[in-house]
Amino acid sequence: MLELRNLTVKKDGKSIVKNVNLHVNRGEVHVLLGVNGSGKTTLAQAIMGIYPYKGNIFFEGKNIDSLSVWERARLGITLAFQEPARFEGLLVKDYLILSAKEKSMENVKLAIKTVGIPYSILFEEIGENLSGGERKRVELAAVLLMNPKLAILDEPDSGVDILSFSLISDVILRMKSHNSSVLLITHSEDMANVGDKATILCEGKVAITGERNKVKNMFKYSPCPLKR
Amino acid sequence: MDELIKKEYENLVKYYEASGGNSKALISDNYASIVINGNHVLAKNSTKGIVIETKKIEDGVYARILIKKGHKAKNPVHLCFGMLPREGKQIIRSEIIAEEGSSVKFIAHCIFPNATHIKHIMKSKVIVGRNAKVEYEETHFHGKSGGVRVIPTTFARVEEGGEYNSSFLLRSGRAGYIDIDYEVHLASCAQSMLISKIHGMGEDEIRARESIYLEGEHSSGVVKTRMALRERAKSEVVGKTIGMAAYARGHVDCTEIIMDEARAEASPVVAAYHPLAKVTHEAAIGSVDKKQLLTLMTRGLTQEEAIDVIVSGLLK
Repeated sequence: MLELRNLTVKKDGKSIVKNVNLHVNRGEVHVLLGVNGSGKTTLAQAIMGIYPYKGNIFFEGKNIDSLSVWERARLGITLAFQEPARFEGLLVKDYLILSAKEKSMENVKLAIKTVGIPYSILFEEIGENLSGGERKRVELAAVLLMNPKLAILDEPDSGVDILSFSLISDVILRMKSHNSSVLLITHSEDMANVGDKATILCEGKVAITGERNKVKNMFKYSPCPLKR
Repeated sequence: MDELIKKEYENLVKYYEASGGNSKALISDNYASIVINGNHVLAKNSTKGIVIETKKIEDGVYARILIKKGHKAKNPVHLCFGMLPREGKQIIRSEIIAEEGSSVKFIAHCIFPNATHIKHIMKSKVIVGRNAKVEYEETHFHGKSGGVRVIPTTFARVEEGGEYNSSFLLRSGRAGYIDIDYEVHLASCAQSMLISKIHGMGEDEIRARESIYLEGEHSSGVVKTRMALRERAKSEVVGKTIGMAAYARGHVDCTEIIMDEARAEASPVVAAYHPLAKVTHEAAIGSVDKKQLLTLMTRGLTQEEAIDVIVSGLLK
């Protein structure tokens, strides 16, 4: 489904992501682990087309290097930012409708029920009135409604309460059950349990890729194994 | 209504509906209303508790709207002001008096769909009595040529415990030249919010000076401006709150998005003449927020579609 070949991303002349090769299969939840500053978010945003890069990205066998952010989104790739944007004057329901592949209020209601937020929030503005946790859940609902082929979730578990962990896991498993692939960026070993495979990114490089438990255990004892 | 006036009325109402107005309210006895085309009053309706008087004056039209003491208007008062010809000058001098304990909402539509050289001058005086409440929502529809000069001035005095909220909205079409000058004086425990939301494009020029004088203790006021400017449009905004009494609270909040070669100047002015008054401000001018843009683009919207969503939200 997604293949990264020798992906390198530079910011201000400094390499943040270095020669990364990665495969994510259809319907797979792939966990990207790494300490702060390891390049996870930069890699995620490069896949989405936000940052320029060297190397190649293939999606469903097609080279997408020349595609813009929205063109990649229309192919079925989406990204939920770690700190989602807030929008003055835009209601949650309108935001969700514009995100939805099938634009119906029934789908919107189902999505917000799935992410565990009350119906009344649909009529709230996506502004400072929403808590960080609520905003993240709205973002997850938007991703669900897109019914993407590949969802890149950048730390969906940061800044949310402990009860939300299982809910976020459920949402990810729901996407998987619809044959969506998920690239999940997290620091949390608990959250990583939802993955099939995992990769540790360390100083911009892939340290290890493989079966989730094996990689997770390594991360537990050596979060950046390439660091000397 | 003679045939000529009837035709004029019907044409104006057609545009009134297109700009979001409720035309049924203009013919219903349950709604107080005024319809003015150019300097001619085409229709007016008073209701129980709301007395509307109009007269022709030397340079235009005078309208006086009185909301009687204690009257709580269930239905809004509808005002339809416009000019259908391409050229001309409309001058409306209005006086709104909301007596003690009354409350009313005005929905005004100002319509200049064919304007190439039109000047619309609105001079309003608003008196909000003790514990009375007036909401005034004004939506403009100017067409595409930009040939309108809109010059509204309002002087409002709000007595103890009263409330006056006003909004000036122009969300589509060309703004042309707009020069807003609003001044509100608040007695103790009175409150006011002045909102202007304007979309400018082409060679549009928008000026707004909105001031709230917090003269009474515990009075509070907010001046809020939202503008989105494209192409070569220009704006100059001065939002002002002056805290003159103990526990007066004022805030100026201005956000402008500029695109292309547009230019914007915002000057939030806060002044306190009493040590227990507190006035604050925030102002931001810039291009469209990159994170908002990227978020919408990751949902599959093109950059232009995303900008439209962001601007519509800002001006909503």
